[in-house]
Amino acid sequence: MTLFLPELILLMGSLVLFAVSLGTPKRDTLRSLVVILTTLVFLTSVLALKQNGTLFFGAYSVDIFSQLFKVLIASATLAVILFSPSGGGIREDVTAEYYMFLFIGVLGLMMLVSSVELLAIFVALELSSFAVYIMVSMRSPAADGIQMEAGMKYLLFGVMATAFMLFGMSYIFGLTGSTYLSDIIAGLDKLYNQPAALVGMLMILVSFFYKLAIFPFHFWVPDVYEGAANETTAFIAAVPKIAAAALMIRLVAMISADGEMVANLLLVLAVGSMFYGNLSALAQKDVKRLLGFSGISHAGFVLFALITFQENGYALALYYIVGYAVMTLACFLVICSLTPDGRNLEIQSFNGLYQRSPLLALTLTIGLFALAGIPPFVGFTGKFMVLYNGLKDGYLIAVILAAINTAIAIYYYLSIVRAAYCTDQETSSEAMPAQSAAISFTSVALLIIIIAMGVAPAPFLAISASAIGAIL
Amino acid sequence: MDQLLLNPGFPLLSAMVFLPLVGSFILLPVKSDEQCRIVSLAATGLVALLSIALVIGFDNSTAAFQFGESYRWIPSLDINYTVGVDGISILLVVMTALIMPFCVLASWSYIKKRVKPFMICLLIMETAMIGVFVALDFVLFYILWEAMLIPMYLIIAIWGGPRKVYASIKFFLYTLAGSILLLVAIIWLAWQNDFSFYIPDMMWQPYALSAQILIFLAFFLAFAIKVPMFPFHTWLPAAHVEAPTAGSVILASILLKMGTYGFLRFALPIVPDATFYLMPYVLWLSIAGIIYGGLTALAQQDMKKLIAYSSVGHMGFVTLGIFILNKQGIEGAILQMVNHGITTGALFLCVGMIYERTHSRDLHVSSGVGQYMPVFVTFLAFFSLSSFGFPGTNSFVGEFLILAGTFEFDLTLALAAIPGAVLAAAYMLRMLQKVIWGGANNPDQSYLTDLNTREIVTLAPFLLFVLWIGLGPKPFLAMIDVSVVELLADLAAHKSEMLAATLVH
Repeated sequence: MTLFLPELILLMGSLVLFAVSLGTPKRDTLRSLVVILTTLVFLTSVLALKQNGTLFFGAYSVDIFSQLFKVLIASATLAVILFSPSGGGIREDVTAEYYMFLFIGVLGLMMLVSSVELLAIFVALELSSFAVYIMVSMRSPAADGIQMEAGMKYLLFGVMATAFMLFGMSYIFGLTGSTYLSDIIAGLDKLYNQPAALVGMLMILVSFFYKLAIFPFHFWVPDVYEGAANETTAFIAAVPKIAAAALMIRLVAMISADGEMVANLLLVLAVGSMFYGNLSALAQKDVKRLLGFSGISHAGFVLFALITFQENGYALALYYIVGYAVMTLACFLVICSLTPDGRNLEIQSFNGLYQRSPLLALTLTIGLFALAGIPPFVGFTGKFMVLYNGLKDGYLIAVILAAINTAIAIYYYLSIVRAAYCTDQETSSEAMPAQSAAISFTSVALLIIIIAMGVAPAPFLAISASAIGAIL
Repeated sequence: MDQLLLNPGFPLLSAMVFLPLVGSFILLPVKSDEQCRIVSLAATGLVALLSIALVIGFDNSTAAFQFGESYRWIPSLDINYTVGVDGISILLVVMTALIMPFCVLASWSYIKKRVKPFMICLLIMETAMIGVFVALDFVLFYILWEAMLIPMYLIIAIWGGPRKVYASIKFFLYTLAGSILLLVAIIWLAWQNDFSFYIPDMMWQPYALSAQILIFLAFFLAFAIKVPMFPFHTWLPAAHVEAPTAGSVILASILLKMGTYGFLRFALPIVPDATFYLMPYVLWLSIAGIIYGGLTALAQQDMKKLIAYSSVGHMGFVTLGIFILNKQGIEGAILQMVNHGITTGALFLCVGMIYERTHSRDLHVSSGVGQYMPVFVTFLAFFSLSSFGFPGTNSFVGEFLILAGTFEFDLTLALAAIPGAVLAAAYMLRMLQKVIWGGANNPDQSYLTDLNTREIVTLAPFLLFVLWIGLGPKPFLAMIDVSVVELLADLAAHKSEMLAATLVH
């Protein structure tokens, strides 16, 4: 029972929200309800952290790895809920449904990180994906209907990625005769350099490349980020990526360390993501699109951490994706707080933010500097260790290319910071929405995590190493 | 770790590094501007006092790192918090600690809005700057080296002049882009040395020449931009002109020294063969910087710009002294780093004081103030004389040592550097003449008031050091002597080792 408690709470929460959606709830009461439910999910996930066991005929494994990821997913969701504005972004008549789908999406992601069987992975992934596809389109109607376009694009690209995954699963099943990951690992041990096994594995990975937005499966990112409501984008930018990274770690760990061909392929994708993301971000004006492209480049770093095929590489990928989620959430917190009406922000909209709200300006600045990889923040420590591991494995050229990317990236991050601190009288008269205590609390918490993970990474690395140790 | 003399008693260096940071936390709840100023003055003052204790306890007779402290930081990567000072860094640490209280004093009335964030930025800067000079772990060094960009960026971007946005971005991009490859070099070096980031471990290792050259280039890009050496200097005038007085002082006195300190601490001992190989290019770039800086300074109307370009010239002398690789040269260079810090810092303070009164840095607007501000121009005159190395002032000693070393090294090079010294006199005297006397059509300066007590207290210690180093440089040279001799001896030993190795093959 307690093995499955966070998921049960989520399920119950979505049922409650379904019941609520039948009436016409007030936005504020709905919001308080959602905050309470999410807090409950967070607390139970912490409670279930030390659980261990399997469920559903061994298709569902509860171990420190999955439980840690559940805590991460729950806390990231809680942060998004806390800072998302109470009105504006979401169509008023479907707000209850929106939160219901949010809960179903989170449920899918939590199930995903525990799944150790191909069909369970497929079901969990689709559960979360379809919920999020619908959430994207639930933005309050914009003039040109971009939310519909975004939802459609997300769906079509997503379905295609899923098709790849199913095709790949069929190969793997055909080769090993099992859908259980543990059996597959044993079966693949002799087959890893066979083209069929390689193609199968890569096609399964495509689905997670898509979720994590790795080049060349990133096409959905800019339009979906721009078209979705700000809080939805915040969710998409952080939470599914955490789960996708978890599954990537599980799957890549199956490929033997001798898989040099896979390593080279992944390396190309990683460096391609960095360059594509950073160079495209240089030209962006819309802040969410910019963060989307920055996310692509960071996904490249996560992938780069994985290709070392070693325990510390996986632990590092975990560390990096958590750091990335925190940094991105800090930026989205500012975006959401500035737009109670749910509009999109351009870089110029930050002009004079420092005058209007020093705390938000500080949050934005630290978030962006961290994303840019400036010490002493988590972005630097993560990047440093990725480069360190990469060089240790002899990928000197890739390390240099990654370092050059850091230099490219600083320009566009800095252009936002510049806007926040340059005092343009015309636009700085823009009215400043009142900040709730929840937002201040969340932003301070995020800042503390960003700095703590950057300055004292040792305990965080130890935790992630122990989590990785549980699945290897 | 035999190069590190652990300090069993009071952790003096850590106290100096972290005290300003603690001060910035204390500032957080403080409400009134006046209290903010007092708290920051107290924090920086305390660090300055600690630095005096550092000088008293410093042992002149050893080249090892003293006051060493080492704690585990990130065990899985073998990254440690290791600090220590030797003869190369001691003067720079002390100079940083002593200058910071005067930066607070100089901002007392200059910074009128957002006093608290400004003081927090200053204090964080101090932590990072002292940390850079004492760090003996390369990751610690790099983190502090990069981390200081953020407060410095904010100091220019928020409290700067009209073109602050442009200047701050340029400063940030230049310095960051320059040090990116430094990170790769650091990791590569650690990889070569059994994954140790301890800096003395990396020194005097037999790396291949081709690798050394690449590492040197990574070092060079990072450090030459910071110095700044010609042709990487273009961020400097922009940043200097737009920064508030305290920002200019920090930039000129301390930040620029990090580049030359980097050359001494890293380039020479870690990649000595590449240093020998690439030395001529660096030397001639230094000469180019000296001449270019001097000529450009001669043409400036903006006083801050004039001093900024003069810095390019003066720092050219410092890199010249470092890369001629003899005792006079390096000792002169280290002394000249300190001298430049004192003199140029003081000159920026002077310009700041004029700016507070006339709200302009233009030479025409400030011409002829001598009549109404006699105390001020007295200070200005001393610092200007010091700036072009007038005998009896501090810069004379430094420049003399560097030029003497250069003559010993190569006559052509020395002759090429001489015009720089002449140019320095020309542009400084031109400025001095304009400010003190001006011409027939001076603007009306009668509204000006002379320096108040706070301003005199700010400038007087600088003057003390100008004359002290100028007239009795011996105690200062004694502190750096052993380390420099050791560095040169290691360099010579390494050279003969490499020579022997090539002969054997």
